[in-house]
Amino acid sequence: MERVAELAYLDLSEAELEMYRTQIDEILEYISKLNELDTTGVQPMAQVLADEQTADATLRDDVAVRCDVAAEILKQAPDPEPPYFRVPKVIER
Amino acid sequence: MSATWTVDGVREALASKKVSARELASDFYKRIDERNAELNAYLTLSEDRAYAQADRMDALVAAGKPLPSLAGVPIAIKDVISTRGVRTTCGSKILEHYVPPFDATAVERLQAAGAVILGKTNCDEFAMGSSNENSAYGAVRNPEATDRVPGGSSGGSAAAVAAGLAVASLGTDTGGSIRQPGSFCGIPAMMGSYGRVSRYGLIAFASSLDRIGPFATTARDLAAIMGLIAGRDANDSTSTTAPVPDYRALLDKPVKGLRIGIPKEYFAEGMDGDVRKKIEAGIELLKKLGCELREIHMAHTDYAIATYYIIATAEASSNLARYDGVRYGLRVDDDSLLAMYRKTRGAGFGAEVKRRIVLGTYVLSAGYYDAYYLKGQKVRALIAQDFRDAFSKVDVIVTPTSPIPPFKLGEKTNDPLQMYLADIYTVTGSLAGVPGISVPCGKIGGKLPVGLQIFGPAFGEATVLQLAHAFEQAGGASV
Repeated sequence: MERVAELAYLDLSEAELEMYRTQIDEILEYISKLNELDTTGVQPMAQVLADEQTADATLRDDVAVRCDVAAEILKQAPDPEPPYFRVPKVIER
Repeated sequence: MSATWTVDGVREALASKKVSARELASDFYKRIDERNAELNAYLTLSEDRAYAQADRMDALVAAGKPLPSLAGVPIAIKDVISTRGVRTTCGSKILEHYVPPFDATAVERLQAAGAVILGKTNCDEFAMGSSNENSAYGAVRNPEATDRVPGGSSGGSAAAVAAGLAVASLGTDTGGSIRQPGSFCGIPAMMGSYGRVSRYGLIAFASSLDRIGPFATTARDLAAIMGLIAGRDANDSTSTTAPVPDYRALLDKPVKGLRIGIPKEYFAEGMDGDVRKKIEAGIELLKKLGCELREIHMAHTDYAIATYYIIATAEASSNLARYDGVRYGLRVDDDSLLAMYRKTRGAGFGAEVKRRIVLGTYVLSAGYYDAYYLKGQKVRALIAQDFRDAFSKVDVIVTPTSPIPPFKLGEKTNDPLQMYLADIYTVTGSLAGVPGISVPCGKIGGKLPVGLQIFGPAFGEATVLQLAHAFEQAGGASV
């Protein structure tokens, strides 16, 4: 559980870790019922729409469109330094 | 003023100058003012934007110009759908002060059709929940029974329409989040086929499942709104170019002879006895309408919940990685970047969102990917095949929307798995990508609403709406 929380960049308290440990175990046990099914040879469903439904829809013309929202977007940032987002030090000396 | 407005009713009242769009908006804000403290359906009101739009509609009336199809119609938008200049929180503390710089395509299309956007509605945090109790801003109460939940995750959008605080609303459905609250609040609610409505501007939970759709008080209004928001959008590569039929014009097509599949697996154990009685009465009514009922089998139904909670949480763990305290939303400071991420996410997300991120991260992690995620995708293919097989024999499938009636606030919050299991009838259609509607099908003890669910084949929205309309006209709401 601690390893998963680390992978997900989530700070979890001891109490949360304890609660999730129990609940996730229970959910995973329930999920394991999928093993009752033989899925040999079944193609995994990686997308919902069939090819013919998206063939003409996936690509639009490669035309640049100005959007001019940079200033507005930067205003939402917790620590902006236009035109940049500022973050704590990434590389320690 | 009329207590229950419809899309056509509003347009006619405007055109005949019985009411102005501004007066109507003001009247709805008055109702919201009276009821919202109790119901908690709205999180943010957008008065400036609403009145500016109402004035534009009133100017059209004054100039004798034609009115667009949703002219002056007061509409509420679920708070996971982006609205330009109007705070959009996703029901989460992590986006408490977020104001999108653009409109979602669905919102933009409603606005262009003259709709007046009253505000943003409460929902489970990031649309994760079945009761609206996972909102960081408090639960919503069911207007039909205020000690009970309105369903979720689009609980605010359902409650707003059911209580007459909006004529219609937009919600989102990932595993039942439109249909189940529609059922719990006793109003019609619709999810179109995957790819039918653009997801641009919908803040993502699970991208292969998320869909935007309407709540209204009639199937006719669902058809009006679905017809407007459906259709190709260059900003969403999964929105299809399939033509959008005129759903309203097709609404009155007779349903006599329509072949309805009743899947045996949906009527197995686990369904509340009172819900069963109402659904059986609803099915009797369909028979009276001349529909042809056939028992069908959907063999993988029992595996849908397990499949859904693998795929939805896996996608969520990836989609929610963007909340890192850098570009928007909450930041909890720390000298180290990685610690800042961890603290921000730990403090900003609520319990259910963290539970799903943890589960989703686990099923995608090295060593477990094949056993869980890949297996889930394979079973998803089997469930989708169940639907395709069924639709080779029948035109639509009818089921209950939820196995249980609206439950009491707090009744299920301590047991996440029990809460997940209640999504059994809705997640199947979500996984398969087909359209579905929940229509009112009587009330238990005259009080607790029950919903009848109608599934159609992919892009079969017109047929689903026809049957919903016929059922409604035949008195389905009071079986």
